[in-house]
Amino acid sequence: MTESRPQPLVRTSDLSKYYPVGRSPFQRRIVHAVEQVSLDIFPGETLGIVGESGCGKSTLGRCLVRLTEITSGALEFAGRDITKASQRQLRPIRRQMQMVFQDPAASLNPRRRVGDLLADPFRVHEKLSRSEMTDRVEDLLVRVELLPEHAERFPHEFSGGQRQRIGIARALALRPQLIVADEPVSALDVSIQAQIINLLCDLRDEFKLTYVFIAHDLSVVRQFASRVAVMYMGSIVETGPVDAVFSAPRHHYTAALRSAVPVPDVDNRPSRRIVLKGDLPSPLDPSSGCRFHTRCVAATSVCRHERPVLSLVDKGHFVACHQPRAS
Amino acid sequence: MLTDAPLLVVENLCVSFRTEGGVVPAVSGVSFSLKQREILGVVGESGSGKSQTLLAMLGLISSPNAVVTGSVRFLGQELLGLKRRALDAVRGRQIGMIFQDPMTALTPVHTIGNQIIEQIRAHERVSRAAARKRAVDLLDAVGLPSPGSAVDRYPHQLSGGMRQRAVIAMALSCNPALLIADEPTTALDVTVQAQILELIGRLRDEFGSAVILVTHDLGVVADVADRVLVMYAGRVVEEGAKGQLFREPLHPYAWGLFGSIPPMHGPRPSRLTAIPGSPPKLSQMPQGCAFGPRCVFRHEACVAQPSLGGATGHRSACFLPEVGRQDLRRTLAAKAVPA
Repeated sequence: MTESRPQPLVRTSDLSKYYPVGRSPFQRRIVHAVEQVSLDIFPGETLGIVGESGCGKSTLGRCLVRLTEITSGALEFAGRDITKASQRQLRPIRRQMQMVFQDPAASLNPRRRVGDLLADPFRVHEKLSRSEMTDRVEDLLVRVELLPEHAERFPHEFSGGQRQRIGIARALALRPQLIVADEPVSALDVSIQAQIINLLCDLRDEFKLTYVFIAHDLSVVRQFASRVAVMYMGSIVETGPVDAVFSAPRHHYTAALRSAVPVPDVDNRPSRRIVLKGDLPSPLDPSSGCRFHTRCVAATSVCRHERPVLSLVDKGHFVACHQPRAS
Repeated sequence: MLTDAPLLVVENLCVSFRTEGGVVPAVSGVSFSLKQREILGVVGESGSGKSQTLLAMLGLISSPNAVVTGSVRFLGQELLGLKRRALDAVRGRQIGMIFQDPMTALTPVHTIGNQIIEQIRAHERVSRAAARKRAVDLLDAVGLPSPGSAVDRYPHQLSGGMRQRAVIAMALSCNPALLIADEPTTALDVTVQAQILELIGRLRDEFGSAVILVTHDLGVVADVADRVLVMYAGRVVEEGAKGQLFREPLHPYAWGLFGSIPPMHGPRPSRLTAIPGSPPKLSQMPQGCAFGPRCVFRHEACVAQPSLGGATGHRSACFLPEVGRQDLRRTLAAKAVPA
C-alpha cells in the first residue's frame, strides 16, 4: 500500500489481536478480533473505519494508540516502531496520540470537577504553575464551545453533547497529532450529533489533526472522513477514498452495508436493497477462505478455500475479494 | 373487517409526573389517528415524549406519580382507565408490542418456544402441541433459520437480530390488528436492521397489521412509514404523509433534523446545519413554543403556544406564515452547501 506520499504518521503491518476465551487451558479457544491489518495513516487525513458490531473496529482503534497490547505484527508511530515499547517509553509518545470514547459519561470521573479532569494531562506531561493551568483549561473549554465557568462543575451537570465536548477538550489538551475517536457521536441525538461533527471538523482545520474515526454510521463517516476502511470479522475488506468506496463499492460486503443504510429521502431511494442472509458467523470458528463467503452472493469455490488479500483496483482503492464487483 | 373507520384514535393525550420540583409534563396534548393497515412513523429525539406516549396508550406507565389524561380509543373501545383484566384482553392479543432491547421482553430462563406458547395460550384456548406448532410457524414466518430447532433455544443462544425476530414472532402470535414497535432496530446493525424493516413491511402486507413505529432515525421512517408524526418536547410539531413531510417539511425543527443528517449521495456540505443548543429539560419548559430558544426564525408570536394547524393531511405547529415558508427552508438549506 505504498505510494509516493509523505511518511505515514501511523503504519501497521500485519497487525493482529487475538483474545483467548474459555476458562481451562484445555478448552481455550482464540477469538481473532483483528487479523493482519496493514494500514498507513497520513498526516492531516481522516481515516474512517466502518463495520458492524464485533468486526474488530474498536479493538483496532485501541491497538493504534497501544491501549491494547498487540498480539503480532508491527505498529509504527511517526516512523518509530512502538509495537513493544514499554509504558515508560510510550509516555512521551502518548501526548501525541489521544482517544475520544463513545460514552463520555463513562470516561469522565463523576467525583471530580471538569476543570480538574482537564488539568490532568498538564499535570502528567507539563510543569505548569497553577494560574497557567487555569488559563489552559479555560482555553480548552472555550475551544470546544463551552464556558470558562464550566470548569467548576461536575460531569453530571452536563448534557450528553456537552460531556462529549469535555471528552474532546481533554483529548485536545496536549495538542496531539493523532486522535482516535471511537463512535464519538453514536450515543447522541441527531441534532447534537451534527454539532459535534462540525466541531471535530473545525478542530481538524485549526490544529492540523489526523483522525481515525471509528463509526458504524456510514453517512457520518462519509461527511467527516477522507478515506475509509471497511472491516468484516477482523480484517479490512475494502479501503479507499470515501466517495469511491461508498458510491462504487467493489466488495460485496461494502455494497450490502451501503445499501442497508436507510436514507431520509423519499425521492432518491437506492434502486434495490441488498439484504444479507443470515448473521455474522462466530469469530470463534471463522469460515475458511474469504470470511464473507458464507453470506456472499458471488462466492465461488476459490472463495471457500483461499483467503483474498487487499489488492489495488483503482487509485488508492483496495479490495480483498476474488470476484470484485464491476466499477 | 376492513373499513375506513380508524383503528386507533388518540385525543389530547397528556402525561405528567408529580416530582419534588412540581408537576413535570412529559406528553402534552398528543392527538392522532391510525387507519387499518397503516404504518405510522413517530420521530423525535430523546425526551420528546414518543415512548411515553406509547406507554401511556397501553396503560404501561406504572409510576404512582404519573397522571395520564385524554382518550385512546382502539376499535371504538376506550383504553384509558380500563381495568387490568379488560386491558389484558387487548394487550398482547389485539395489540402487539416490540421494544428496543429484545432481552427486556424475553426471560432468560425459558426457551423462546415456551415463551411464545405461553403467550398464545394466555389468550386462546388451544392445546400445547397446537400452540407449539404455531410457534414454529411464526418463527419461520419472521425468518429465523431452522425454526424447528430454534424453538427450543434459550434467548442467550441467539444473536441480537434473531432475538428481535423472536420477539416479533411473539408479538404476532395472536394476529394483532396493531403492532407497536418502539425503536425496534436501534440496537441492531444496519444489515440486520434492513432485514427487520423488510419484515415489518411484510407484516402489513401479509397479516394486515397496522404499525406504529417509534424511532429517532428519519431514514427508517422514509423506508417503511406511510405517515409521520414529528414530536418535540412532548408535543406533535408536525404531521403529514411521508412524501409531503420529507419533500416539503413545514416545521423549523424538522428542517433542523433533516439538515443534521449527513447525506449519503450528492455533494457533501462543508458544515451540517445543526440545531443550536439542546432540547429543553421537561422541568424547565420555555414559555410558548418549546422549540423557540433553538429556532432561527423565532419572532414575537412565538411567546404563545402554537397549535397544530394547516392544510388537512399536512399540519405543523408553527407561527411562521405558510406562504413563503418553503423559501425560508431552502435559504436555510442553501447555507449548508458549499458555494
